[in-house]
Amino acid sequence: MLTVLFDGIAYGMVLFILACGLAVTLGLMNLVNLAHGAFAMAGGYAAAIMVNRWGVPFLAALPLAFLFAALLGLVLERLLYAHVYARPHLDQVLFSIGLVFMAVALVDYTQGSQQQFIQLPAFLRLRFQIAGVSVGAYRLLIIAVCAAVALSLQLILSYTRFGSRLRAAVDDPRVARGLGINVSLIFAVTFAVGSGLAGLGGALGAEILGLDPTFPLKFMIYFLIVVTVGGTASIGGAFLASLVLGIADVAGKYYIPAFGAFAIYAVMIGVLIWRPQGLFGRVATR
Amino acid sequence: MQLNRRGLLGLSASAAAFAIGTPRGRAADPVKVGLILPMTGPFQSTGRQVDAAARLYVQQNPAATQGRPVEIITRDDAGVPDTTRRLAQEFVVNEKVSVLAGFGLTPLALAAAPIATRAKVPLIVTSAATASITQASPFVVRASSTIAQTASIAGDWAARNKMGKVVTLVSDYGPGIDGEAWFNKRYTAGGGTIAASLRVPLQNPDFAPFLQKARDESPDGLFVFVPSGMGAAVMRQFTERGMGQSGIKLFGTGDLTDDDILNGMGDPALGIITSHFYSAAHDSAVNHAFVDAFGKANGGLRPNFMAVGGYDAMGMIYRALEKTGGNTDGEAMVDAIRGLSFESPRGPIAVDPATRELTQNVYMRKVEKRDGQLWNIEFETFPAVKDPANTKA
Repeated sequence: MLTVLFDGIAYGMVLFILACGLAVTLGLMNLVNLAHGAFAMAGGYAAAIMVNRWGVPFLAALPLAFLFAALLGLVLERLLYAHVYARPHLDQVLFSIGLVFMAVALVDYTQGSQQQFIQLPAFLRLRFQIAGVSVGAYRLLIIAVCAAVALSLQLILSYTRFGSRLRAAVDDPRVARGLGINVSLIFAVTFAVGSGLAGLGGALGAEILGLDPTFPLKFMIYFLIVVTVGGTASIGGAFLASLVLGIADVAGKYYIPAFGAFAIYAVMIGVLIWRPQGLFGRVATR
Repeated sequence: MQLNRRGLLGLSASAAAFAIGTPRGRAADPVKVGLILPMTGPFQSTGRQVDAAARLYVQQNPAATQGRPVEIITRDDAGVPDTTRRLAQEFVVNEKVSVLAGFGLTPLALAAAPIATRAKVPLIVTSAATASITQASPFVVRASSTIAQTASIAGDWAARNKMGKVVTLVSDYGPGIDGEAWFNKRYTAGGGTIAASLRVPLQNPDFAPFLQKARDESPDGLFVFVPSGMGAAVMRQFTERGMGQSGIKLFGTGDLTDDDILNGMGDPALGIITSHFYSAAHDSAVNHAFVDAFGKANGGLRPNFMAVGGYDAMGMIYRALEKTGGNTDGEAMVDAIRGLSFESPRGPIAVDPATRELTQNVYMRKVEKRDGQLWNIEFETFPAVKDPANTKA
């Protein structure tokens, strides 16, 4: 029973780290980026190649996967995304879904379409008994990493100078520019961090979610559910939503296997009927 | 273009010469085999294996009978049934192929079957494994196996080895449900008890809740049938959950430990028991030669059960042409294929004349490490297993 809860939390945490970058770009920068999963996939493949082919230790590969996806995000933001910020949402959707298809084809062509597996070190395959609950080391690591990420993101956004500049740049880019804030730099950094987090999520989650070229398409819907249910106003919303969805999904599959696949959607529908703007949503600002 | 009378005469003369020339030339005309396979997309591994094996066969046997070469044309359907059907039609109408072969998945084979019936062209299934395919057209012959064939043997074996209680975990799609049904039938007939039958959605990101459920039943064994890529995920989470240590045996049909990706699964795969018709580690001279030649021609790739299906499909075509004396008429060829029996890399096989299914050995295998690589090592043989689904008892 508690093991199910634990597995649900771990699954929710993976969802969170994958989707929080999207919550940031969609909620704060008002950019619809359906290609978010492509960055997660990039991070996952980077980690798989580093660990399996180059023998990089798994724990070292995680930050490297973050960096790789962040760099990729930075380059693409400067080259491509910078041009669509001011465009209508439909343009952004079409643009980013196009990127997804290109990413899928590119990975398929270069890496093949089979599932990738990241070789985990032996100490992450252990299992403990904590207070009578059977717990896997790997899932424990996921929870620890994701909790740390969530906490630091929330602190950075609320209490640092960068956070307040970012919020200012989002609320009114023109005035922010007038006050000497380098808006495009801030957007670029934010986008890169969001992509990097997706990459980290891809690397961490590969073991649980699997990793193949269709990853961005398969999980796009999950990212969007997290962001919709959580509301786009804060990291906290996405965090809570991920936890609720993760636990609902795992518990649903455990207790009512036949219905399990739908639990996550039932929760989404329920929440959205109750609060159409999401758990922590603000009423649309523009 | 202006044609004067002399030019016109010349033209018709050469046309006449051509028309007369063709019957004489026919002896050397290649027999065309149209391979339709998923060469891209999630099932490209199937396509790659079958195509490579079929080409290897042709390379090893340049002329079939009476000096007629065999030509393989491969087209990619990317796993989409509409495309399979269109390609089959193009093959029959434009390329005038004598045989259609390939078909990675059941829906793909079913999409092409009506074309085979109408064009009276033999259709040899190298991969798809649902029992109903051979009933879809009298021109369908199978060179792989049915799920019933392998899953029922897994059931027999589990019952015979005193596994008192088993949980089944299958993907919720046609082949998965077939596997579950046939396993259950034979296992319970042998005196076993099914503790729970779990069906996992096909698009399932996390097996954790299902495996936990299975664990809580504390069965003697966990029978798994999932599409081949997902098998590895099940295995790893099974190990991660420490289910092996708590005395649960993970077993299934051979799709679980596909030779093509077995090495990438790593140590969690060790000790897993599967029932299947082909292992690259099968100990016979024919198989050793096949594995060596296949590896040499494809940069060290290991053939899997898909490859052996492609190889044997070509074997059937060659032997059928031998029997018909080079006649490529569809009905004559299917008649010639019925009742064929020969030694394949997988062991002795025979085409059941009644069902057009293969009668073949099904082996119980265990994953072991040999020379640093993982192999499915056969430890028990169920000889000459007929397909139980289409055979009327």
